[in-house]
Amino acid sequence: MTAAVEPKDNYLTAGFSLKSWLTTTDHKRIGVLYLLSITFFFLVGGLAAVLFRLELLTPPGDLVSADSYNKLFTLHGIVMVFLFLIPSVPAAFGNFLVPLMIGAKDLAFPKLNLASWYVFVLGGLFALWALLTGGVDTGWTFYTPYSSTYSNTYVSLMAIGIFIAGFSSIFTGLNFIVTIHKMRAPGLTWFRLPLFIWAHYATSLIIVLGTPVLAVAILLVGVERLFGIGIFNPAIGGDPLLFQHLFWFYSHPAVYIMILPSMGVVSEIVACFSRKRIFGYKFVAIASLAIAVYGFLVWGHHMFVSSQSVYAGLIFSFLSFFVAVPSAVKVFNWTATLYKGSIAFDTPMLYAFGFIGLFTIGGLTGLFLATLGLDVHVHDTYFVIAHFHYIMVGGAIMGYLGALHFWWPKMTGRMYTEGWSKFSALIIFIGFNLTFFPQFILGYLGMPRRYHAYSPEFQVYNVLSTAGASILGAGYVIPIIYLLWSLFRGKPAGPNPWGAKGLEWEKTSSPPPVHNFAEIPTVTEEAYNYSGTNEQG
Amino acid sequence: MAPRVDMLYFFLIAVAVFFSVLIAALIVFFAVKYRRRSADEQPKAIGVDVRLEILWIVIPFIIAMAMFFWGAVIYLSMAKPPANAIPVYVVGRQWMWKFQHQNGKREINELHVPLGQPVRLIITSEDVIHSLFIPAFRVKMDAVPGRYTSLWFEATRAGSHHLFCAEYCGTQHSQMAGQVIALSPPDYEAWLAQGATGREPLASAGENLYQRLGCTGCHMAGPTAGMTVRAPGLQDLYGKRVQLENGRSVIADEGYLRESVLRPRAKMVAGYQPIMPVFENQVSEEELVQLIAYLKTLRSAEGGTEGSAP
Repeated sequence: MTAAVEPKDNYLTAGFSLKSWLTTTDHKRIGVLYLLSITFFFLVGGLAAVLFRLELLTPPGDLVSADSYNKLFTLHGIVMVFLFLIPSVPAAFGNFLVPLMIGAKDLAFPKLNLASWYVFVLGGLFALWALLTGGVDTGWTFYTPYSSTYSNTYVSLMAIGIFIAGFSSIFTGLNFIVTIHKMRAPGLTWFRLPLFIWAHYATSLIIVLGTPVLAVAILLVGVERLFGIGIFNPAIGGDPLLFQHLFWFYSHPAVYIMILPSMGVVSEIVACFSRKRIFGYKFVAIASLAIAVYGFLVWGHHMFVSSQSVYAGLIFSFLSFFVAVPSAVKVFNWTATLYKGSIAFDTPMLYAFGFIGLFTIGGLTGLFLATLGLDVHVHDTYFVIAHFHYIMVGGAIMGYLGALHFWWPKMTGRMYTEGWSKFSALIIFIGFNLTFFPQFILGYLGMPRRYHAYSPEFQVYNVLSTAGASILGAGYVIPIIYLLWSLFRGKPAGPNPWGAKGLEWEKTSSPPPVHNFAEIPTVTEEAYNYSGTNEQG
Repeated sequence: MAPRVDMLYFFLIAVAVFFSVLIAALIVFFAVKYRRRSADEQPKAIGVDVRLEILWIVIPFIIAMAMFFWGAVIYLSMAKPPANAIPVYVVGRQWMWKFQHQNGKREINELHVPLGQPVRLIITSEDVIHSLFIPAFRVKMDAVPGRYTSLWFEATRAGSHHLFCAEYCGTQHSQMAGQVIALSPPDYEAWLAQGATGREPLASAGENLYQRLGCTGCHMAGPTAGMTVRAPGLQDLYGKRVQLENGRSVIADEGYLRESVLRPRAKMVAGYQPIMPVFENQVSEEELVQLIAYLKTLRSAEGGTEGSAP
């Protein structure tokens, strides 16, 4: 390892004033702005979860009122999905890393990038406004006609917030697509790209194609609510299922917006800490695109008991099973990458292991929900809750934390404490499983989701889940402390503390200079060329 | 149905456990066996093995297709109630379940059913979307305002079973729950007969309504010589295929009858003029159920039996 020296001139030292941050067009600084904003929303959403998990400790609804409970789970869902998970890896790490990984000075449209952050903040402020004035009780799914006619809460305000925030992801997605197409360094062909870039490319396609549909759906809810025009409410001539089609047309692919970037992260980490090229690189790259495409064809599997036609149900179920294949391909290839590698157990690798294990369980339990006759029973129960938290927390957030620990030295130039970070990774893994595994059982036993009060026979699993949630909560607080500590006391990381391959590690300092590279690098080898043989595959 | 769903569930559990354990075991095994022993270790590159890739594309696909077919077969039989199923009409509203039996008996948040006989619930909602969920029978169906949905089950164990609302519907969502009480057939008959005096069966209530709303003026029992036929006859209509003005045809199930009462112009029968008045907002969900129950009883001698609709 080279002697770690922190460069004097880097993107962090380029200006210390608030103005220098708020008017920056540097993708790295915008990535940091996003990182701070989404961490704030993560804490807000997490706090809501703590409150309703406490409520669920006992069967009767006793800690908070039914209305407050409904507002809490709605808050948790909306904030976590729209204001944390969807921007998480792409907007924070994608912003920071896409130009660095492809050898560019910035994204294609730096001002649009800054605009996307402001639009995100504006959307977030509307959401907070809706929450502070009294909240919303529709669930993050906004099912009509409840949301469009019956709910007496601040649905329109929240709808405006989500509508606005959607444009920030569209801006980011557009920026990534153009940047990846047009700004790759000389020699960096498509199949030399890091898999992180492939994953972000696939994600951006989904964002650009799907988000407008959500915007339309949300807008129509607002139109029906404010002007009484019958779109979804059958009492005034609408069709309530139309909303579900529009909503899931975006919101199912949105699951892949959340998980694909984390899959990209895991590919980077697994390659680095086993010093191997990702096994079946091309298959993993194409699998990302396959997931993005299939993702648009399966929304109806959320509607098997909605009175959607039986034949539509059959087709959606059939297509849903196709998504299993590229997901399985990724898991098998990551596992095979370990074979005859040189495996180190640094913190990012622990998160990658966690991701692979938990995503596998999340993916396999997804098959239960795609299976028609079985979904009828488990639909809208805690089984679904457990399944998608294995994907979104066990998968997406594990990947997010892996990315945070892997690229933190690059972003800040400092190392965090190894002992504490491994400890908290372990705590998070244990807390996560204790929180969500019992919910699979609860679901099959028949406990419906979104229940303020429940039948006493379900209590033991709820107690386990709440106990797990408190461990998980502690696990999330520890990194905030040691990462902040590392900013002041952490050892300088040096340009490449992990001995990783990739332009961001090999061709620039930590933290990188304002324009990323002293000179634009030329790429002459495949990605993850750890053995130095430049073998393809 | 519950044992069939459980068998499928155990098959999926077996697949899930097998692959989770396989992946976890491989990761642990590789991670220990190939752990980094010195800082400058440089493992050899391994090229892709396309046969291996094809193997782990094809095997998961085959297993997934087995799941699909098995699940589809069960789903299709869930969608097809036996012909002899006892119909019970269900209306969901914030925040209760209302049930109407054939003989006019009503209950709220409690549903009495006989053991060993299929029961078919015809479900709708007066306000938002609800979902009727009976975990013990592994069945669930949304109650959607403005349309009928249905599910069927056959209770095999006496006693009471949970009945939940599974689709979030507002403040008291978790209180929109009740019991399905399965009784032996004699107990069920006795229960049905309780308080029968002064109660009107659904179909005769429907017949009164049919007279009162003036339906008889146009919908005549059969063609009468010398009179213009202004509306299609309703005898034997339920469960029959109806030819529409626009060239299509539909099966006259509860959903069709409902729509044709409320919004007659939505599906015009071939050969008739759109002269029937709209009954939307004129009849309640419960009255509509009575009308439909009555229409189902209009059978000629050769006209098939109750409940033969798909």
